[in-house]
Amino acid sequence: MMPEKSPDSAPGKQRDQSSGSLGGYTAGLGFALLLTAGSFLVGKTGLFWPPGVPVGLAVLAIAQMGVHLVFFLHLSTGKDNTNNVLALAFGVLIVGLVVSGSLWIMVHLNANMMPAAAAMEMRH
Amino acid sequence: MNTAATNGELLGMPARDTPQEASGPSAKGPAPVEIVVAYGFWIFLLSDIIMFSALFASYAVLSGDTAGGPAGSDLFNLKHVAIETLCLLFSSYSCGLGALAIDRRHLSAFYLCSAVTFVLGATFLGLEITEFAGMVAQGAGPTRSAFLSAFFALVGLHGVHVSIGLSWLVFMVGQVGAQGPRDYVLRRLHCFSLFWHALDIIWIALLTLVYLVGARS
Repeated sequence: MMPEKSPDSAPGKQRDQSSGSLGGYTAGLGFALLLTAGSFLVGKTGLFWPPGVPVGLAVLAIAQMGVHLVFFLHLSTGKDNTNNVLALAFGVLIVGLVVSGSLWIMVHLNANMMPAAAAMEMRH
Repeated sequence: MNTAATNGELLGMPARDTPQEASGPSAKGPAPVEIVVAYGFWIFLLSDIIMFSALFASYAVLSGDTAGGPAGSDLFNLKHVAIETLCLLFSSYSCGLGALAIDRRHLSAFYLCSAVTFVLGATFLGLEITEFAGMVAQGAGPTRSAFLSAFFALVGLHGVHVSIGLSWLVFMVGQVGAQGPRDYVLRRLHCFSLFWHALDIIWIALLTLVYLVGARS
C-alpha cells in the first residue's frame, strides 16, 4: 500500500466523506419503503392489468436498487466515485449477459425439446 | 496506480508523490487509503452479485419445473415476506446510522445502532429458517423438484450471506470495543456497511423475482 501522502487526506484524518447524512439515509429509507409498498400493491392486489404486472414489478425493483445505490451505498458523480461507477457499469453488463443469455438459450432449448408426453412414451 | 506524471516527465521515470500542478483526479498523487479499500471491496461485491446472477438465471429457467410438486403460489406467504423485507430495510437504515455515529465518534450511539442492526438481521434470518423448515416439513424440500432446488440454492445463499454479515458485525463491534475507532477499524466498518447494503439490493431482486412474481403464477 502506498504511504498516505495524498494532499486530499490530511494527516490523522481518515474520515470518509461519503458516509452520507442523516437526511440522506432517512430519505433513502422513505423512498425504499414507498417502492416496496408499491411492489406489494402491484404484485398482490388485482388492481393492475395482469400481463403488465411483471414489467411493473421489474421497474419498481430497478428503481429501488437505484435508491439503495445512491442513498445507502453513496454512489455519486463525484471524482472519487468515477471508478466505482465504471465498475458497476461493467458488473451490470455481465449480470445482463448471464441472465438474458441463459434465458434466451434455455427458452429456445425448451422449444426444441420433445414434448414431455412423447418423451415418456419413448421410455417404455 | 494514481501517481501522476507531469508534462515534462518521460515515460518510465518514477513519478513523485509530491503535489503537482497537473489537473485531473490522479494528478494529486495516490488516492486516500479509504477510497482504495472501498473500491477493492466494491469490486468484490460486484463479483458476488455476478455469482448471484447465475443463480437468478437458473431460478428463472427452472421456476416452472415443479415436477408435479407444489409451485410458488402454494408455498409463499407474502405477509411473512413483507416482514422479512421490512427487517432488512430497517437494519440497513440502522447500519447507516451506526456509520454516521462512529464517524462522529459517538460510541454509545454506534453500539445501539449495531444492536438494532443485529436484532433485525437475526429476526430476518429466524423468519427465513422458519419458512425453510416449514417447507421441508410439507415435503417441499430442495430434493422435491428443480424449481425447489433452484429456490433453496438462491434464497439459501442470500441467507448464508446474511449470517456471515451478522458474524462480521459482532466481530466489528468487538473490535471497536477492544481497539477503539482507529483508522483500520473504521475502514473495515465501512466495508461492512457496503456489504450489508448490497445484501439489501440482492433481496430486492429476490423479493421481486421469486416471491412477488412467483406468488402470482
